[in-house]
Amino acid sequence: MTEPDTETGPAEVLEDTRRRPRTSRPRPRPRLRAGVPLPLLLPALGGLVFLVLPLVALLVRAPWRSLPDQLTGVAVWQALRLSLITATAATAVALVLGVPLAWLLARTRFPGRRLVRALVTLPLVLPPVVGGVALLLALGRNGIVGRWLDSAFGVTLPFTTAGVVVAEAFVAMPFLVISVEGTLRAADPRYEEAATTLGASRFTAFRRVTLPMVAPGVAAGAVLAWARALGEFGATITFAGNFPGRTQTMPLSVYLALQSDPAAAIALSLVLLAVSIAVLAGLRDRWMAAS
Amino acid sequence: MTTDTPTTEDTAVRTGGLDARLVVDRGTFRLDLRLSAAPGEVLALLGPNGAGKTTALRALAGLTPLTAGALRLDGRTLEEPEHRLRVPPEDRPVGVVFQDYLLFPHLTALDNVAFGPRCHGTPKAVARAQAADWLDRMGLADRAGAKPRALSGGQAQRVALARALATRPRLLLLDEPLAALDARTRLEVRAGLRRHLADFPAVAVLVTHDPLDAMVLADRLVVVEEGRIVQEGAPADVSRRPRTDYIASLVGLNLYQGRAEGHTVALDGGATITTTEDLTGPVFVAFPPAAVTLHRDRPDSSARNLWRLEVTGLESHGDQIRVDLTGELPLLADLTTAAVAELDLHPGRTVWATLKAAQTHAYPA
Repeated sequence: MTEPDTETGPAEVLEDTRRRPRTSRPRPRPRLRAGVPLPLLLPALGGLVFLVLPLVALLVRAPWRSLPDQLTGVAVWQALRLSLITATAATAVALVLGVPLAWLLARTRFPGRRLVRALVTLPLVLPPVVGGVALLLALGRNGIVGRWLDSAFGVTLPFTTAGVVVAEAFVAMPFLVISVEGTLRAADPRYEEAATTLGASRFTAFRRVTLPMVAPGVAAGAVLAWARALGEFGATITFAGNFPGRTQTMPLSVYLALQSDPAAAIALSLVLLAVSIAVLAGLRDRWMAAS
Repeated sequence: MTTDTPTTEDTAVRTGGLDARLVVDRGTFRLDLRLSAAPGEVLALLGPNGAGKTTALRALAGLTPLTAGALRLDGRTLEEPEHRLRVPPEDRPVGVVFQDYLLFPHLTALDNVAFGPRCHGTPKAVARAQAADWLDRMGLADRAGAKPRALSGGQAQRVALARALATRPRLLLLDEPLAALDARTRLEVRAGLRRHLADFPAVAVLVTHDPLDAMVLADRLVVVEEGRIVQEGAPADVSRRPRTDYIASLVGLNLYQGRAEGHTVALDGGATITTTEDLTGPVFVAFPPAAVTLHRDRPDSSARNLWRLEVTGLESHGDQIRVDLTGELPLLADLTTAAVAELDLHPGRTVWATLKAAQTHAYPA
């Protein structure tokens, strides 16, 4: 039975490498072995403790007994509701404007593209308070665009709920753009080419081929942006102020409560923590299982 | 170069089929091919990697712009840089089967095939019915609901072909259509593809580096090396009369260039080959490696060609061993494993090679 052996041996090797072109071989998983060097292990454990300890403290010191009373206050639900609505609206704005921007950065070449990319990333590193001041100067009642918005349309953004959305979107959109751009770059542009040879315009190719293919990346970017918007503080308080029911989001009310009623602040923090964990857990299975 | 005088080229413009001069400049690489084909004809671009075959295909599809030249299909000019004319890929009646198919992973086989008709404005239900029809024709009716990930290589190839054909293109382009398949599937898919290409009423151009695919599928071979056409013709002619080392080694021939005086050809390297053809002037001489016989000692043979050569390499080639020899002339010889063992061949060994004149084939260069 030597003949079938020599026949199938090389053929099977060929088959293995040829059947699925362009799939990378699964890398062997790194395994925690006894030989992890101490200079790496100790800081790693330190880092883990550093990240987890504050959350543990929050749970330990939480006024569990008075918690129901703390959370039944109207102000809490008002702030939570406002936070959820504005963060979601800001994410929607970031999606509508950010995905096309990401596509532009990933798929086209134009002079100054690097500069545009740097400008898009700037709000990531900019202190949010500075962002708020900048927003005031641009969209405030006397801002370079805000003045015109006010006189022509009677629209005022600062110190309104819409202003909260603007501030949050300003801070959160770069997260989405960077994340989606990365996904688009990783996606094979030849699928778009294949679509155009089938008669699709570039926009149709984007809508019907590229967008569905990068949907997980877009979703991950949207979650990042949403989380960032939910926690937004500096730009919001600067641009939209701190009016209960109108612009006072959860982070603002946590900070305010900490001055007068620390127990309430802890309770509010727990709510935000619960929301964050719920979102992470809810989306992990669907979008983030890849890693 | 005057452009306003009508040339023979203009008067010879085909009314149907493909008529193109593709010039693409890419820094150090320049592609310059003249291609023409009648409706129903299958053209194979054959050449080594990096020869520019895929660039030519992309230029035909409109995915890579031409630097110069012109592209006409069925009498309509699709691209002519000189007149700043360029029809974008989505408006060209061209279908492409890509090397790794590029089936849209989020769509079913049926929706992949329906994608083209949908983009051309066919109502959804009609497009899906047409797509189902195409899949049926490919023998894939039962796989209509499968995502590309769930298809085998051969099935994916057929879906890709159906997707390209569903837009009813006037030019079908296939980039290495069988390269992604394993040996067994390849045979079967090749036969199927041949059938579909025979039925295809318009021009088909396929790119391949596999001579067998080219010979089986194409009516005409266009051999491309370094961006240029080095030989063109019917598959049988090209394989019988290769004009470059690449084609010769591809079809498995020893190829030499020299000057013929009657039955003797003096090679550029100094050696001579005796042939049956009676020619004068520059010629090519070709013969298959299997025609060469090797001997341990100087043979007392009736063969007209006898050379003393040194073995430089041995390579397994199917069930034969291909022996690489140098000396008076470089030579490839195919031997059985038994013969190699009997002759005790190894690199560095000196042997005598004989070749009957009747086994050679000489033709004017």
